[in-house]
Amino acid sequence: MLDIGQTRGRAVRLNDEEQAMRAGEFGPATQWAIEHQIGVGRYLGAADFVPVSQAHIMADTESLGVAGVEWLEHWARLPEAQRRVRIPTITDPRGTDFAAAHRLKQQSWMLDLERRAIRAFEALGILMTDTCINYQTIMPPVRGEHVAYGDTGVVIYCNSVCGARSNFEGGPSALSAGLTGRTPRYGYHLDAHRRATLLVQVAATPRDLNDWGALGGIVGRLAGDYWQVPALVGIDRVPGSDEMKHFGAALASYGSVALFHMVGITPEAQRLDDVIPDGEIRTHDVAAHDIRAFQAAYAQQIDKVDLVVFSAPQLSLVEMRQLAGLLDGRRADIPLLAVTSPQVKPDADRMGLTARIEAAGGTVLSGMCFYQSYAREMAEANGWQRLATNSAKLTNIIGGYGYRPALLSMEACVAAACAGGRIGA
Amino acid sequence: MSRIFHAAAGMGAKVQAPALVAKDGFSARYDLDRIRGVFSRPQHKLAGENYVGRVLVLDAAKGGVATAWMLHDMKARGVVPAALVLNAINPIMVQGAALAGFTMISGFDQDITQAIPNGALVEVDPTAERPFIRIV
Repeated sequence: MLDIGQTRGRAVRLNDEEQAMRAGEFGPATQWAIEHQIGVGRYLGAADFVPVSQAHIMADTESLGVAGVEWLEHWARLPEAQRRVRIPTITDPRGTDFAAAHRLKQQSWMLDLERRAIRAFEALGILMTDTCINYQTIMPPVRGEHVAYGDTGVVIYCNSVCGARSNFEGGPSALSAGLTGRTPRYGYHLDAHRRATLLVQVAATPRDLNDWGALGGIVGRLAGDYWQVPALVGIDRVPGSDEMKHFGAALASYGSVALFHMVGITPEAQRLDDVIPDGEIRTHDVAAHDIRAFQAAYAQQIDKVDLVVFSAPQLSLVEMRQLAGLLDGRRADIPLLAVTSPQVKPDADRMGLTARIEAAGGTVLSGMCFYQSYAREMAEANGWQRLATNSAKLTNIIGGYGYRPALLSMEACVAAACAGGRIGA
Repeated sequence: MSRIFHAAAGMGAKVQAPALVAKDGFSARYDLDRIRGVFSRPQHKLAGENYVGRVLVLDAAKGGVATAWMLHDMKARGVVPAALVLNAINPIMVQGAALAGFTMISGFDQDITQAIPNGALVEVDPTAERPFIRIV
C-alpha cells in the first residue's frame, strides 16, 4: 500500500516500511531521518524513494561545529537497536591526523571535538574509513548501483566513471540514508537527468594531474550549476584513475557538477548519441592555451610559497610513489604535506614510500584532508599564507580560508619546496 | 507599491530583512569566514561584506557538501544569514536548510539577482502557497 507524505510541493510516495519509519516504529533516529528525507525529496521533486546499497558521510568537525557534534551525540545515546545504520556507511576524511596534529599546530579542542564525533559515529555503526577516495580503495560501486555518497569528488567519479547513481548527499542526508537504507529518488537517480546538457570540445588532452584539474575547473565554470551535465569530446586517450579523480574533483568543485561524460570513454557515453538529446545543445571549445591561462591566473604575483600541499583528493598509492620518486635525494626546506587515506598509508609505510617522503623533509598525513582540517587556524598558527598544490580543487577552496594558492605540477611543487618555496627556481 | 517574485520551491519560516545581492554563487565552506560572519573568498563579489541577518540573494549553489552541516552550526552560533534566495540550488543547500530549519527559496522565471536591489528590505515567505520574495 502506498501513502502520500505530507507535502506542500510534490508528493513523496511512501511504502509500508517507510510509513512505519515515519510513525517511529524503528525509533526516533530513523523517524528523524525519513522526515528529513521527505522534506528534501519534496523540495527537489522526488516521487518516491530508491533503495541504496552504501552511504558515505562527510562530517569533519570544522563543518559540524560543536552543535553538529552534540546533535550526533544525541542520536548516539539511543539504545543500540534504535541507532545503528542498516547499510554499509563509511566516512569522508576527518579534521586531523591524531599522530601528526602537533606538527600542524592544531589545538587540543579540535582533537577533543574530533574524538567526540568519532565516538558518536562508531556508536551509530558507521565504519570510520576517513577517505575521499573510497572508489580507489574501499569498494567502487558498479554501473547502475544506487548509492548515497557525500563528497563531491566521490559522487562525480562514481556517477561518471563507474556509472553509479548518486546525488550530492551532505552529512545529514547521507546519515539519513544509512539509517533508512534509501534516499529520495530525484536528480541523478533518474535516467532523464543523466543526459548531457552541454558539449565541450577539448582540443588538447591534459598531461599532468594539475592540467586535468584545470580542465575540470574550466568545464565547471562553463557548466555553472548542479543540474548541468557536460559531455566531453576530443580526449584522445583513456585517462587513468588519478587523472579522472583530479578532473572530476575540480569539475565538481568549480561547477557543483555531479556527472560528466567522456565520449568513447565513460560507460554511459560510448557514442555521442547515447547522451546528447535531440535538438540544440550549447557547445564550448577548450584549447591548450585555456588550460595554461587557468593555471597562470592563480600563479600571478606569487613567486614564493610558504608550504606545499598534496591533498584534495587524498593521494593514491601511485601518487605517493610519484612523490617519493621526485623527492629522492632532495630536501624540502619548507613544509611539504602529503595527505593520503588510512587504507593507502599502511601500504606506503610497508613499501618504504612514507620513509622516503619524510626523509626528504615531507610529512605524510593519513585520514584527513587539508582544507577540512581547520585550515584557517593552521594558517594562523603556522604563519602560512601562500600555498602551492597540484590540486585544482584545493586551489578553488583554500582562498576562502585566507590562503593565496598557486596551481602547479607535482614536479614544480616539489621543486619549489626544495628551493625555499621559490616558484620556478 | 511592492514587487513580488515567486519561487519554484521553499522551506523554513517567513522572514523580513535587508537583502545582500550579487550575481555570484554560494558555498558556506568556499565563500565565508563563518567565525567573523563575512564573505572571505577574495574573488567573491561580496568579499568583505557581513552576511549576518541579511537575506542573501545569489545566483547558484556552488561547491561541496559541507554547507549541509555548516548552516546548522552557523545558526546555533547566531552567525547566520536571515535567508537564502537562489536562482539555482543544489541538493546540499536543501539538505542543510532542512537540518537547520533555515529559510530558503529558489527557482524564478527571471534572474532574481537582477530583480532585487542590494540593500532593499525584503520579505521571504516559503510558507505561502507559492513561495515568494517581496520588496517591502
